[in-house]
Amino acid sequence: MAVTVSIPSYLAGFAEGKSTIEVTNGSGTVRALLQKLWQLHPALRDRVVDEQNEIRQHINIFVAGEAIRLTGNQETQVPEGAEVMIVPAVSGGKTSP
Amino acid sequence: MPAVQHVSAKKGDVLVMVGTMKGAFLVRSDASRKRWSVGGPYSVGSPVYAMALDTRAGRNRLWWSNQSFRWGTFLSSSDDFGKTVTEPEAYSIKFPEDSGLALKNIWQICTWPEDEPDTIYCGVEPSCLFVSRDGGKSWSPVEGLLKHPHRPQWTPGGGGMCLHTIVPHPTKRDSMIIAMSTGGCYRTDDGGASWQARNQGVRAEFLPEKFPEFGQCVHKIGRDAANPERLYLQNHWGLYRSDDGGDSWKDIANGVPSDFGFSMVAHPHDADTAYIVPIESDQYRCTPEGRLRVYRTQNAGKSWEPMTKGLPQKNAMETVLRDAMASDTLDPAGIYFGTRSGKVYGSHDDGKSWQVILEGVPPVVCVHAAVVGGAAARTSRKAAKAAKSRSAAKPRQARPKKAAKSKSNARARAR
Repeated sequence: MAVTVSIPSYLAGFAEGKSTIEVTNGSGTVRALLQKLWQLHPALRDRVVDEQNEIRQHINIFVAGEAIRLTGNQETQVPEGAEVMIVPAVSGGKTSP
Repeated sequence: MPAVQHVSAKKGDVLVMVGTMKGAFLVRSDASRKRWSVGGPYSVGSPVYAMALDTRAGRNRLWWSNQSFRWGTFLSSSDDFGKTVTEPEAYSIKFPEDSGLALKNIWQICTWPEDEPDTIYCGVEPSCLFVSRDGGKSWSPVEGLLKHPHRPQWTPGGGGMCLHTIVPHPTKRDSMIIAMSTGGCYRTDDGGASWQARNQGVRAEFLPEKFPEFGQCVHKIGRDAANPERLYLQNHWGLYRSDDGGDSWKDIANGVPSDFGFSMVAHPHDADTAYIVPIESDQYRCTPEGRLRVYRTQNAGKSWEPMTKGLPQKNAMETVLRDAMASDTLDPAGIYFGTRSGKVYGSHDDGKSWQVILEGVPPVVCVHAAVVGGAAARTSRKAAKAAKSRSAAKPRQARPKKAAKSKSNARARAR
């Protein structure tokens, strides 16, 4: 079963314009999900994580509405059919990239 | 967001590249450098700490760094002065995973050497040098610095632990001196395989040992136009000159209102000539006495004279950061600097007079200048003739200190 990943408009520009991406067999850890996401859209990787595979400081990832910073970071489990959101951290302003 | 404007630049024009905390601007003039048009902002919202115009091999390729608050740090480029911008799909400047390091910022872009047009260097934070040999498509860290034994002892200054200055040797292909804060100066003489600390005589006020081998907070270095072994250094407290390529340094803070400051620019043609903007103390970090003054030496630091015509001399609480001062390559030289208050001043006459060429922009963190199409161009036939005449008359040695101290003599310049 697929996992749906929502991404902000800036990142959609690096994912064929898609704001939601279906990742087949995406359940497991967030880390494994992200690896599959990079395979589908390689340009997303460097914008979301750094060279050490750490999620950039001002990006939040939510699994079923919970921030993974509070639930085990990239080891957080992603259930089948879950919705995962990649969201810029609070800094407001709709015109900001 | 503001509407983006573009400049139209042609061969021989001067392009002043201005990086701010919220994007980049291009300020363009013809060779007279009296009327300016403005392009930008580019990379709106991102701090732009490094810019360069690569004019080698017939290009006019603009490079600049983006330090996106959210999406990381990368280089953008444009071959048409910002009208179309190339942003990499995958970021090309990255530390190896096994280094344990992650790129925070790109502080300097150096398009050198002239006869290797696909070679580019970048100085980055955390301190390291990256090189591309394929025109910026791929990059790798210079291993001799990445794995330098001093690395664990380098510590960040107020701006971060950054390699912010790259000064190649003009004739020794394998020699280059770089500066980082903190850490100090390091020089390679073997093409980057090894790097030796070159800080003898430079003090570190903030360390128990005042003259350590390394650990200094060097803010900027510049190389003399005529003597490639002569370097000028603006330190975090201290103004220095080296006559041996950086092996040793001596204090040249003679007659300046403060030896604290950030910027240091050597004149592009004239021997023994350099420019600084003194700043009052590392606590206050503004121009002394509320006066914005560029100081120039024409005798390699034996004395300095203020250049103030056109600059505010009252209530000017200004700061000019380490990379926010530059020269073009014309004759007379254009000198440019930007302030944290969002103004850029330019001089078309070696610093004798100044005008605002850009204002109302975010805090300026870098200023670079280049002649479109590359190489130094004389401003006019008349200027060329005058320059030739000056060149014939001008002594290459430093002028006697007595003459340099005289304001009228200094103005006239012994050419």
